[in-house]
Amino acid sequence: MDLFIAIFTGTIIAATPLIFAALGELVVEKSGVLNLGIEGMMLMGAALAFWAVTAGYSMPVAILAGALAGAAASLLFGVLALTFLTNQYAAGLALAIFGSGVSAFLGRGFGSEPIEALRGVSIPVLSDLPLVGPLLFRFDPMVYLALLMFVAISWFLYRTKAGLVLRTIGESPQTSHAIGYPVIRIRYMAVLFGGAMAGLAGAYLSVAYTPLWVENMTAGKGWIALALVVFATWRPVRVLLGAWLFGGMTILQLQGQALGLEVPSELLSALPYLATIVVLVLISRNRQMLALHFPASLAKPFRPAN
Amino acid sequence: MRFRIEQRPEPSAPMRIAAPLVAAVLTLAVGSIFFASLGHDPLLTLYAFFVEPLNSMNGLSEWLLKASPLILIACGLAVGFRANVWNIGAEGQFTMGAVAASGVGLFWPNPESALLLPLMFVAGMGAGMAWAAIPAFLRARMNTNEILVTLMMTYIATLFLSYLVHGPWRDPAGFNYPQTALLPAAAMFGSFDPAYRLNPSIFVTIVAVFLMWLFTDRSFLGYKMSVSGAAPLAARYAGFRESSAVWIGLLAGGAAAGVAGMAEAAGPLGQLSPQISPGYGFAAIIVAFIGRLNAFGIVLGGLLMSLLFLGGEGVQMTLGLPSALTRIFQGILLFFLLAADFFIFYRVRLVRPARDAHALDMAR
Repeated sequence: MDLFIAIFTGTIIAATPLIFAALGELVVEKSGVLNLGIEGMMLMGAALAFWAVTAGYSMPVAILAGALAGAAASLLFGVLALTFLTNQYAAGLALAIFGSGVSAFLGRGFGSEPIEALRGVSIPVLSDLPLVGPLLFRFDPMVYLALLMFVAISWFLYRTKAGLVLRTIGESPQTSHAIGYPVIRIRYMAVLFGGAMAGLAGAYLSVAYTPLWVENMTAGKGWIALALVVFATWRPVRVLLGAWLFGGMTILQLQGQALGLEVPSELLSALPYLATIVVLVLISRNRQMLALHFPASLAKPFRPAN
Repeated sequence: MRFRIEQRPEPSAPMRIAAPLVAAVLTLAVGSIFFASLGHDPLLTLYAFFVEPLNSMNGLSEWLLKASPLILIACGLAVGFRANVWNIGAEGQFTMGAVAASGVGLFWPNPESALLLPLMFVAGMGAGMAWAAIPAFLRARMNTNEILVTLMMTYIATLFLSYLVHGPWRDPAGFNYPQTALLPAAAMFGSFDPAYRLNPSIFVTIVAVFLMWLFTDRSFLGYKMSVSGAAPLAARYAGFRESSAVWIGLLAGGAAAGVAGMAEAAGPLGQLSPQISPGYGFAAIIVAFIGRLNAFGIVLGGLLMSLLFLGGEGVQMTLGLPSALTRIFQGILLFFLLAADFFIFYRVRLVRPARDAHALDMAR
């Protein structure tokens, strides 16, 4: 039973950074912009949040700093991709490299001591319930925030006019521009939002998940988040399910190492990457399903004809 | 007064040449501000970063030694990029090339065979191509995004290398360091001069640059690849299948990266260790863009990027600045370069509001 609880809660926690990053990217891609720089934005968020904690700021301030760092990084991408009409693949890659460099630079003074991690909440009565308590009501606040963001983003995209406008812009920026919507401005907002979410994901890694600073500590989670968006065929519910799937993969791999399975640890560590490939293959084979929710103008630069 | 962006009737040729220079100057400017904010004299630091490394014969040797893999890999990647095939996993293909070549070098029954180096070359190239063939197959047959797959394959390759050097291939006499035994002499590119590390593997790069130029600028297949990148529908209409572009693009990148990995193991390093690549595979992506996916541009881009690596090491040793600066400079340079490209295709006009123009007329 304890093992089940450990795997279940571990999965939820491991999925949290992926939920933040992938939901943020989902909004960006729904607006027709492809930002490949998640890894860089996450690293910036992780570094800034970790720095803020070591500098003595409170946890909420540190997490906010992480989100702002991610948003600031995404602004670099936005200027290139939206104002300078750069190839979005190249601009995103540049951001990924830049973010890893800047975060390594900032992080050189952090040392290797762990900080005090973001702690789980204790809800009166609920947290003390047998079984249900440890399974559902003892997580740290960021886990609940991720779920809240899932609800908020699903509602925004499919139940509000602003969400409809955003999706329309992702389908046909020309039409949206002709009707009078400020395509570039809305895309900027989406990019900044995606950056803030990636920053939150990074902050979660450095102040809650592994309260340590290690260079390149995201270890490809930013890229896995990108894969999740494809896997989810641009639908929020599937992002959530996919993140849990990958979270579970990560935890099984850790549990496997702890249980002393007779397999090289590198093979276990490779599982999430292998799983990403397998899942991408399974999803991509079905072209119709991809095409159904694929934002038609994804990664295509847009300039209003004047 | 406001700005208006206008598309140029034709891409501006002067801007095409000026853009990389502007980007380099802006990168230097940002670098100076950055160094000054860290409390270092910017001019001295820039000197230490960009001039000092080239002040000696050893510096020049190291410069070419580091530029060589960058140029080689970038040439391979650019073949794919021209056709919109995004191989981002050269780092993994490089690693697998180094692994396969070292495996041959370490375990070939006759360690003095003159065939050893050629065999390693073939093994490195084959392994790089095989590692790239997986995303190529998945993209061509299953429509799987090659960016994500090549990246995931890079993480897997790194873990595989780590497994080998920590496990079965670890040198028993290596004081427990995760590294293999040294390659035998016949498995190594001997230096031109024992005092420096530069070795004949740069000829491989020179040949690769020439081959790439032939392919992209002189061959019909290369032309079809470019068309397939610029106008996929037109290419399909003309009977050129997208999957051919995918295969050619990814295999070219994998072959080049695999050979570069082989040359690195058989050249300056002489053994496998987890630090087989200082990020050549990723930096080569930037080199390809700086070189505008053109063979000779890539040579210049590779020289510039290699200088960044050297300068980063230099300021780390002399000024105690972290090596992460190299990646920051790479990123900034690419940002500016991409932004500067804008001015090739567009110009910015100052537009006076109509009333101002009227007032001006009245004044006349």
